[in-house]
Amino acid sequence: MTAAVSGARGKRRAQSRSAGGRAWVVHAALAIALVAAASPFAWMLSGSVKTDAEIRRVPPTWLPDQATLDNYRELFERLDFTRYFVNSLIVTGAVTLGNLVFCSMLGYALAKIDFPGRRALFALVLGTLMVPGAVTFVPLFVLVSNLGLVDSYLGMILPFLAGPFGVFLMRQYISGLPDEVIDAARIDGAGQIRIFLRIVAPLARPALATLGILTFLGTWNSFLWPLVVAQSEEKYTLPVALALYSIGQNQTRFGLLLAGAVVVVVPVLVVFVALQRFFVQGIATTGLK
Amino acid sequence: MVVRTARDPAPAPAVPRRAGMSDRTRRGLAAWGFALPFLVLFVTFMAGPVLASLLMSLTDLRSADLRDPLAVNPVGLDNYTRLLRDEVFLQAAVNTLYFVVIGVPLTIVCALAVAVLLNKGVTRLRTFFRVGFYLPVVTSIVAVAVVWRFLLQPDTGPVNQLLRLAGIDGPHWLADPVWAMPALILMAAWRNMGYLMVVFLAGLQSIPRELYEAAEVDGAGPWARFREVTLPMLRPTLLFGTVITGIGYLQFFEEPLVMTRGGPLNRTLSVSYYIYNQFGFGNYSYAAAMGYVLFVAIVVLTVVQFRLLRPRT
Repeated sequence: MTAAVSGARGKRRAQSRSAGGRAWVVHAALAIALVAAASPFAWMLSGSVKTDAEIRRVPPTWLPDQATLDNYRELFERLDFTRYFVNSLIVTGAVTLGNLVFCSMLGYALAKIDFPGRRALFALVLGTLMVPGAVTFVPLFVLVSNLGLVDSYLGMILPFLAGPFGVFLMRQYISGLPDEVIDAARIDGAGQIRIFLRIVAPLARPALATLGILTFLGTWNSFLWPLVVAQSEEKYTLPVALALYSIGQNQTRFGLLLAGAVVVVVPVLVVFVALQRFFVQGIATTGLK
Repeated sequence: MVVRTARDPAPAPAVPRRAGMSDRTRRGLAAWGFALPFLVLFVTFMAGPVLASLLMSLTDLRSADLRDPLAVNPVGLDNYTRLLRDEVFLQAAVNTLYFVVIGVPLTIVCALAVAVLLNKGVTRLRTFFRVGFYLPVVTSIVAVAVVWRFLLQPDTGPVNQLLRLAGIDGPHWLADPVWAMPALILMAAWRNMGYLMVVFLAGLQSIPRELYEAAEVDGAGPWARFREVTLPMLRPTLLFGTVITGIGYLQFFEEPLVMTRGGPLNRTLSVSYYIYNQFGFGNYSYAAAMGYVLFVAIVVLTVVQFRLLRPRT
């Protein structure tokens, strides 16, 4: 395997050397595409530190004449972005933790325990992967309002505390772990809970990392449900606050809105860039197997 | 090893337990125990609502009825027949179809082009490029919409400024009934391309090199190699990408909500957005019926794509 890979790599390197300029053409094409893909981020950053007057200037300036943090100051001092940030953290943290625990528990049972109802349960999980949010949306709101959870953190957290995607991902990964380790532990007298906590969970750490990051990002960015459940300003999450400001009385204050966008985006970018290899693994585990 | 010998006496207490219950029963209990927390949440917040939605769509439930459930009447398929006469819904359905039919191929072609380029010769910078193209995918759609609304401003926006340099008088994008939807489609392609690119790149890397070498020996040029080797070998991956993108695009909602509010003249109103509006008006049963229609559309689209793109064996 390793030999084949490095062989292919060597061949490719030799080829590109013989092709001479072609590698440069490929790189140049990719670089142009990358600039196109990344330029909205550049505009977001540069616009967020411009004054209201400068951001309206024609022709627009690439870099601000005099960078100012006024927009950020206004977000956190006049508007309540600190609170929205904390709200986003609370909801995202709870949902991520719940998915890690509950999905890996069921994922382990589906992957490694032979029990009656196993196939039906897995089919049920797979079947709901395709259900669009628009279908469950209305009854879910009726349920949450009957439980008295409208405008509460719990109302935003509970419906997403354990999703079918997480079960699918954990089950796929744990299936690939060797049975021998688990059998050995069982022979040693370990019960199922101990096997799960001491053997399976540590071995499944890469999958847990993938699930954790994907859930974190999905929940941090989620918008529709928090928009409906959070009815008072104290419960807004960041995307909800940004969306409502951008269609409300601040809709033409682009500098302020772009600064808000930066506040929403930066935590995600930090997490993503630091842990990007887990994404690729996650896509390989769920998408192509 | 040492641990195991030290623990050798441990199985002893397990024996009496096993005497009371068969091994099978104990395994079943343990498994359902692991499943329990998920199942409770799942039945309450997923399976229950899926069924409730279907039942709801057959009634005349409105938001005011929540306090007085006895006022709800069964109305059969009235909500569904009403949909067919609702011109705004029909417009939303056409808009959604437009978004899917143009947006999915556009996204796929862009992603495939970048993946093929990345797979050709780029080795050292691959991670750098991959991260760069993936950034839009992980970014909040609300933040993306704010930025693009700024980019697409008719007078001061960078896009029209750029077009002016080329001598083109750019349209009023989001305020123009003709150009609003293409602008949303472009933004969606930009945002979703990165995910497909990573998927396609993984697929490309699993194609055996020998196939290309054999094709080259037979005198196939780069375009012929792409058509005769890459495309057929990539069929399962392309199918996966098309299905996933199609499912996502059929539900598009945040883009018009933040960028156009469904306008101008309802030209960017999607089905999901219309469901959200009807829910806001308190028409719960009508919104539920539309949700089911969207669900059926997603299943149909998926089946059709599987038929069309199924790997030929």
